[in-house]
Amino acid sequence: MLERLGFLPAAASTHAARVDALYFFLIAVSGFFATLIAGLIVTFAYRYRRRAGSETPQPIKGSLALELTWSIIPFGIAMVIFFWGARLFVSVHTPPANALDVFVVGRQWMWKVQHIEGRREINELHVPIGRPVKLTLTSEDVIHSFFVPAFRIKQDAVPGRYTQEWFEATLPGTYHLFCAEYCGTEHSRMIGHIVVMDPADYQAWLSEGVPAGANAASGASTGVLAVAASGEALFQRLGCATCHRGVSGALGPALGGLFGTRVKLQDGETVVADEDYLRESIVNPQAKIVEGYQALMPTFQGQVSEEDLMQLITYIKALRGS
Amino acid sequence: MQTAEQIAPPSAERPVHYLNVDYGIRSWLFTKDHKRIALLYLFVITGMFFLGGLFALLIRLELLTPAADLVQADTYNKLFTMHGIIMVFFFLIPSIPAVLGNFVLPMMIGARDLAFPRLNLASWYIFVVGVVFTLWAVFTGGIDTGWTFYTPYSTIGSNTKVIPAAVGIFINGFSSILTGLNFIVTVHRMRAPGLTWLRLPLFVWALYATSIIFILGTPVIAITLALVGVERGFHVGIFDPALGGDPILFQHLFWFYSHPAVYIMILPSMGVVSEIVPCFARKSPFGYAFIAFSSLAIAFLGFLVWGHHMFVAGQSAYASLIFSFLSFAVAIPSAVKVFNWTATLYRGSVLLDAPMLYALGFIGLFTIGGLTGLFLASLGLDVHVHDTYFVVAHFHYIMVGGAVMGYLGGIHYWWPKITGRMYPETLARLAALIVFLGFNLTFFPQFILGYLGMPRRYHVYPDEFQVLNVMSTAGASILGLGYLLPMTYLIWSLRYGARAPANPWGATGLEWQTPSPPPTENFAITRPRSRRGRRSSRRRPRTSSMTRFSSTTRRGSACGSSS
Repeated sequence: MLERLGFLPAAASTHAARVDALYFFLIAVSGFFATLIAGLIVTFAYRYRRRAGSETPQPIKGSLALELTWSIIPFGIAMVIFFWGARLFVSVHTPPANALDVFVVGRQWMWKVQHIEGRREINELHVPIGRPVKLTLTSEDVIHSFFVPAFRIKQDAVPGRYTQEWFEATLPGTYHLFCAEYCGTEHSRMIGHIVVMDPADYQAWLSEGVPAGANAASGASTGVLAVAASGEALFQRLGCATCHRGVSGALGPALGGLFGTRVKLQDGETVVADEDYLRESIVNPQAKIVEGYQALMPTFQGQVSEEDLMQLITYIKALRGS
Repeated sequence: MQTAEQIAPPSAERPVHYLNVDYGIRSWLFTKDHKRIALLYLFVITGMFFLGGLFALLIRLELLTPAADLVQADTYNKLFTMHGIIMVFFFLIPSIPAVLGNFVLPMMIGARDLAFPRLNLASWYIFVVGVVFTLWAVFTGGIDTGWTFYTPYSTIGSNTKVIPAAVGIFINGFSSILTGLNFIVTVHRMRAPGLTWLRLPLFVWALYATSIIFILGTPVIAITLALVGVERGFHVGIFDPALGGDPILFQHLFWFYSHPAVYIMILPSMGVVSEIVPCFARKSPFGYAFIAFSSLAIAFLGFLVWGHHMFVAGQSAYASLIFSFLSFAVAIPSAVKVFNWTATLYRGSVLLDAPMLYALGFIGLFTIGGLTGLFLASLGLDVHVHDTYFVVAHFHYIMVGGAVMGYLGGIHYWWPKITGRMYPETLARLAALIVFLGFNLTFFPQFILGYLGMPRRYHVYPDEFQVLNVMSTAGASILGLGYLLPMTYLIWSLRYGARAPANPWGATGLEWQTPSPPPTENFAITRPRSRRGRRSSRRRPRTSSMTRFSSTTRRGSACGSSS
């Protein structure tokens, strides 16, 4: 109803209805207080209008009881809104374990999307309904922001690091994708579409050929080769295996089963081996040295693109422990 | 108005006041009189306001249609950037403190001038140098980073005049700091005898709280913009990840100043409203101490909420939770003020003259602005509305609906004192109404637009957003008219306005105890300004206006009842 009247965007994710519910609650709270204040002002301004130039109202200093009332009640309402909003936020920050992985790289002025099964697209993202999808975002140049109003989600894509957002689409259709962080001349044309499909259609789409032009921009010709396999090819080509052989006495630490574990560093600190750690270890290997190893690794910054990095990391994540 | 019969007979023995004591450009450019310096500021910021308004007009005209027709993308990006920079740094931040604060603060506390008159003049010159640098950037190609200067776009992406604009803001910062310092020292050292802290006018409290932010916050923006310049000019890695920097660090530094800066813009307006509402209701402010201390609470808490600009920027989720909580906390002192202003009207004697219309308009619009701030402070909802037109609508409700309404209210309220002339009341009421309606038509549709998902800073947009954009543009043209009207009749009143008596509103502040316009050192007979020892006053100590402070306990006993 409200959607058809143009007051709400389409709601096409499990998250959307929950955000709308909080939105309606806030409209109710705001409506109440705005009406209260406006009503009182209009009433007082009329009821106590100056009738004679000489009238002198009785002074009223204030009232502690009133002050406490209108401090404590708004604070209580504010806390309800805080916890409600916080719960939603925590849930957008905890992707389910079975989520589909999709990589997104922003650049001036396009979105490059890489599905884990290998298919790539530009300014479009095809997803199935009923399956959580986790986006891992980064940028090649300045900050962008991946915003899908129909899903009520948004996340900045920041150069030099990974950020994540996830959603579960519920309604087939085509929805807006906007860049929401100002990124230069063609910012308002850095837009695209999210295509939500039935699972069967999605599978069919995945196994189709590569759309024309999609690979030309990224300079790769991997087709529908799985991302992890591309990562493995890169791993070999860049010579990573020379040191990271996974045997004792190798120059670099073993990578099998590494992802998600805690790594002890030379300086005594411990870090969790997440995507950001792996990324940093490739482009800035001197930043964190694993205990028992020497700082021998050269940087690969400039030699690997953001897509290469995502492939390498996917490969490393898939490696089993030896 | 009660002033018609009070038009003074022409000349003969016209009293000497700060305007006619001296003539010539030198007497203005080398003046140390806080009132003349206030007018120097007024002159410059009015120009900046209309320049920023012109950019806003062009933005709204371009957005009339979904396509790019009036200007191209690069020009559009420069327009919203320069609109933001000029309005924020060169109009809103200096507006009330440097014009109205400068003019009335010394008079309100019974002082002859600010503590450091030369420093006050220096602040204006520094401000002008900042203006010159920024205008240089504007007129030699412009700048397109957004007023927020986000890195790495501002350091590696943009090829526009980033450094001159940053230098302009950097220099302007010193002006803010010096003004804040001057106000704080003045309030501490130069209050009239008997004028204790809890008898200070609420406008003085608001300016005091603002000054604290000026001094503590402004150095951070200056340093941040200097770092942008260093990275841009010398390729030292600070914010650019390709050079080993951190782009999020910039956002932390920027908002550490720029969120408190929002309170720099709104607190003085709140102070103005706290003067006008009691005066035009003939009541003392309801809950004086709560209004006064809520200003300090806002100034303090305002420093702890900057991270709510970064909920989707990639900062840690734990940090976001804390910033969200604190943002809800800072809403409370603002709510307390709104309730107290409303309660002040209760059983008052309410006169809806133009200053009061602006003040009541402020309360309404600030309430909407504040309540929609709760939407943005709420984490899960902010993810959706962040960087959309919802945010644009929200902060315009605070800064235009709030700060500018307060400023216009204050200008009308003190206009008789500043110029010695009355403005035309009917026209002024009409203008206040036009501004209020035009404002709402401009910005209310943008809330809906934002929730629908239209991102801010979009030059072209999908067709379905057009209807709301057309409404907004229509509102903006009405609003523009509403702003030109006061500009016109206020200038007209300089020559043709009725002569203003010393206290046309029957107000209680000390600034109304001296003629309009006031003499150079404010009060007819000056008194020594030493803290100790006897003070010779034009009145015997503890009598007359001073009595008010001792007898009625607080300022703002009913307007007009002092006679």
